[in-house]
Parts: sequence; C-alpha cells; structure tokens
Amino acid sequence: MRRGWWHILATALYLFLYAPMVVVVVYSFNAAHDGFIWRGFSTAWYRTLFADPAVSLAVRNTVALAVLSTAVSTCLGTMLAVGLTRYWFPGKRLVAWLIYVPVVIPDIVMAVALFLFYSMVSRWLGLLRLGLGTMTIAHITFQIPFVTIVVRARLAGLDPALEEAAHDLGATPWQTFWRVTFPLALPGVLAGAMLAVTVSLDDFIISFFSAGAGNLTVPILIYSQVKRGVTPEINALSALIVAASIAGTIGVTCLQRARRAKDPEPQG
Amino acid sequence: MDEGEESSKMHGKGDLRSEAHLARHIRHGERLTRADHLWRSALLSGPAMLWTTLFLLVPLVAIGVISLLSKGIYGWFSPPFTLYSYLRFLGFGLLGFDLLYPMVIVRSIVLGAATTLLCVLAAFPLAFFISGLPSRRKHLALTLVVIPLWTNMMIRTYAWQILLGPQSGLSRLLVAAGLWPAGAGLYPSTMAVYVGMVCDFLPFLVLPLYASVEKLDWIQVEAARDLGADALQTFRHAILPQVVPGLAAGCLLVFIPASGQFVIPDLLGGGKTVMVGNLIQQQFLQSRDWPFGAAIAFVAMALSMAGIWVYARAAGARADQVIL
Repeated sequence: MRRGWWHILATALYLFLYAPMVVVVVYSFNAAHDGFIWRGFSTAWYRTLFADPAVSLAVRNTVALAVLSTAVSTCLGTMLAVGLTRYWFPGKRLVAWLIYVPVVIPDIVMAVALFLFYSMVSRWLGLLRLGLGTMTIAHITFQIPFVTIVVRARLAGLDPALEEAAHDLGATPWQTFWRVTFPLALPGVLAGAMLAVTVSLDDFIISFFSAGAGNLTVPILIYSQVKRGVTPEINALSALIVAASIAGTIGVTCLQRARRAKDPEPQG
Repeated sequence: MDEGEESSKMHGKGDLRSEAHLARHIRHGERLTRADHLWRSALLSGPAMLWTTLFLLVPLVAIGVISLLSKGIYGWFSPPFTLYSYLRFLGFGLLGFDLLYPMVIVRSIVLGAATTLLCVLAAFPLAFFISGLPSRRKHLALTLVVIPLWTNMMIRTYAWQILLGPQSGLSRLLVAAGLWPAGAGLYPSTMAVYVGMVCDFLPFLVLPLYASVEKLDWIQVEAARDLGADALQTFRHAILPQVVPGLAAGCLLVFIPASGQFVIPDLLGGGKTVMVGNLIQQQFLQSRDWPFGAAIAFVAMALSMAGIWVYARAAGARADQVIL
C-alpha cells in the first residue's frame, strides 16, 4: 500500500517533468495558426521549418558552438583535473576553489561581466568583436569547471597502485599517462564532455549577451519568437530537439552499456 | 621550506610526519622534486587557469571597477569614482529613499528560496523512489530525470505557456470546477512562474540528493523504528542527518541560479515583475547605465560567493565537495 503511493507520487513527478515536452510534440502537429487551440493534424509546420533560413542558421550555430566549445573545454578541464590531483604548486588550494566560480555565480553576472570585457577589449584593442567567437569563448569558460569536477572525482577514485606498477615496470610518465591513467579516467572524461554539451545547449543568458547582432542560436531564436507571440514553427523545432535529446541519451546509454560489457570494471 | 632537504632528512627518521612527506614526494611511484611539480603543474593546470583568469577573473574584477565609476554617454562609463550606484541600489537615489530596488533583491531571494523549498519537497519522493528500484532500472530512472535538461529551458517554459494558457484543457477544467476565476488562464500568474521554475530546477536537486540517499545506512532507520519512532521522527532523526550533504549541495545548485533567474518569471509571470536578473539586463540593453548594472551584478556575485563560503565553512568541505 505504502509502496503504491510512492509509485504514484514518483510517476506524477515524472509526468510533471515531461508534460512540457509532450505538449510541444503534440502541438507541433497542430494545424492552427494561433498555436493554443487544437485544429486538427498537420505536418505543415515541419515543412515551413525546413524552408526557414533563420532556423537552419540557428541550428548550425548551436551545434557548431556546442561541439567546438566542448572539445576545447574537455581538453583544458581534463588537463586541469590531472594537474590538480597529481601535482603540487603554491596557491593550489586557492585555485582549486576559484575554478568553481563559474558554477556558482548566477548566469546573468557572468553574462554582463563578459559583455563588459568584450566591449572594452573591442573598443580599446580592436579584438573580440561580439559574434560566434566570443560566444565560444564564453561557453568554454563556464564548461571547464564542470569537466574538471567530474574528471577529478574519477581520478580521485582510482587505485594509485596501478600507476605505481606502471612506473616500477619502467614506463615513462608520458607512457604511464596514456597507457594507464588516461584509459582509466576516460569514463570520467566522457561524462565531463557530456555535462559540457548539456550546459552549452541549455544556456541562454550568457549566449544572449555575447552573441552580438544577428548571431542566432536556437535558444535565442526561440526567445525572440516567444516574446513576439506564438509561432507554431517553434513547436516543430522544439519537438525535433526533444526527439534529438532522447535519441542522444539512448545513444549514450547504449555506448556505456557496450563499454561496460566489454570491460567489466567497476564504475566509480 | 625546501622540500629537497626535507626528503634527504626523512630517510633517516621514518616517523609519521616523514611518511606524509614521502607520500607527497613519491607520487604514484615517481620521485618528484619541487621543480618537477611546478613545471608539470604549469603544463597541465596552466592553460585552464590562464583561460579562466583572462575570461572570468579579469571580467569580474572589471565589473567591480566599473561599478564604482559614473554613467557615460550611450552606455559606457566615465570618471569620477563614486559609490552612487551602490547607494541607489540600496534605495538612496536622487529623489530620496525609495524601496523600489531593495524590493527587487527581496523578491529575487524569495523566488529562489520558494523554488528551492518546492524542489526539495518534490525531490525527496523521487530520490527515494529511484534508490528503491532494482539497479538496472535505477539507471533508466536517473537518465529520465536528466533528459529534460537537454531540451532548452526556453522550450520548456514556452510549453508551460501553452499548458497553462486560458485555452488549455487544464485551465478550462479548473474553471469548470470553480477552482479558478472564469476567463483567466493559469498563465500568466505567480503559480505559473513556480510551476516553470520547479520543472526547470528539479533535476539539479534530485541528482545530488539521490547520491546521498544511495549511501544511506538503513540500519539506523531500522534501529529508529525498533525504538518506537514514528514515520516523522524516523525521518527527522535517522534519515535527514544522513542526507544533509546531498540535500545542501542540491539546495545551493538550485537556490543561486533560481534567485538570478528572470526569463521564467518574465515569460510565465506576464512580464510585470522585475527581478535582479532583468534589472541587470535592463541596465545594459535599455537604460544604458553600465555602472549601475555592474554594481547590481557585483552585489549578486558577492552574495552568492558569500553563501558558498559560509556553506563550505559549515560543511568543512572543499568547494568541489560542495558541488558533487
């Protein structure tokens, strides 16, 4: 009986989390122009969506931004995690603390700080004009700590005896890193990269401030459309994003399962 | 203190202190000097530190400086140095004391606190539910909590506009049942704002709380029950103290961004309420009063950093342990 209530409550909460996603998918097939009222099934909005150059530009920008910034931040964040767990330098504890600042300050603060910084640099040095480049820089900056947190947790859980063994068997530090440490840390690196993609796709405010005029991303496009009034096209676009997120998550889960089956090493 | 000397001394002694030094020196089977540590740190940690310094610390210091300058023409800023922006934010503007801006801070903190509370109430059943599942389904249930994060917050907020709008089935049902005034939708309203906020922030509380619940020592819970504690007492004395680390981390992850949030209140609340977030935004996009915007941003940053610092001190934890 008590278990039953628990299940019902949990199911209700899942429904609550998924209600907006379901609505978006259902309404993307709505024939009505004004969005809110159901007027029959139609795929017209998907056709207008694919024909809209602004949408394809926004999608291309969003994907390019996520891929590029994740690649850079995963490298930098992983290196930092290794450096912080393995080697000592003066002021390390302070740095280990400061590196988490982007995680804990409100988005809007980082957004205006970068906006002011870009404005000053472009006015005084003629560099960093607002655009895709400044957006990529901003994303890398807030992604690094997320990658570092995850990779560091993974490295901290590793058995030091494995690296010691490699060293005792005559491996150079370089060989030890690439043949022992990195393969062991890889699940953490991939999880960090996943988290980095997630925060990049989910960000609106920081992108909005560092975008400059005319540099659309999907969140910026949706915000401007929603502010102006409902466009059913946005439903179709959102439905595709929902589908892509679910497909992406299933893909990642399958990958993890395949790797775990191949290498039955306990996960940290 | 030179570590090379220390290491030569410690071979003779072998007391506990030297053991610690040995452990620090012979890292993972390698014997490293202080110089080795330094140049390897520079190569590995250096790039990310340099990046973060240039694109985060410098900009943050810059807003601190700009907040002390005066408003320029067409945005921008100019000398002289003044505390006017801070005084104005505290309510002491040109026209005498005014509660307008202090109320904005209060409203944002209330929004953050109420969202956190609602998320905590929803996260407990979810975290315990997931933790009680067989291990294969656990993974799926957790993934299901994360998937909504991949759909941008903007899309979810927009969907709630449809779901709670005057034409929606839910609104009409409540009006027909006499629970809601006729003609009005559930959106825009304060309730709609909180629905959107909880939907957006709930995963951030469920994940750390679940991590704590997973580690829960159920023997303590059984012991409490055996000693005659009722459900509430068991929760209060046997469960709650054990999940505090995850709960506190989750609250922090929700409270700070939720207090700075303004897009959801803007889109679901009907665009009438001013939060700290959109007050800052206005200063840069409409009013073009950069020093004032910088001052508010600086206060918001200082408040959130202070919150983390107090929490870290109380928990006796490092910043990364706070977050994980």
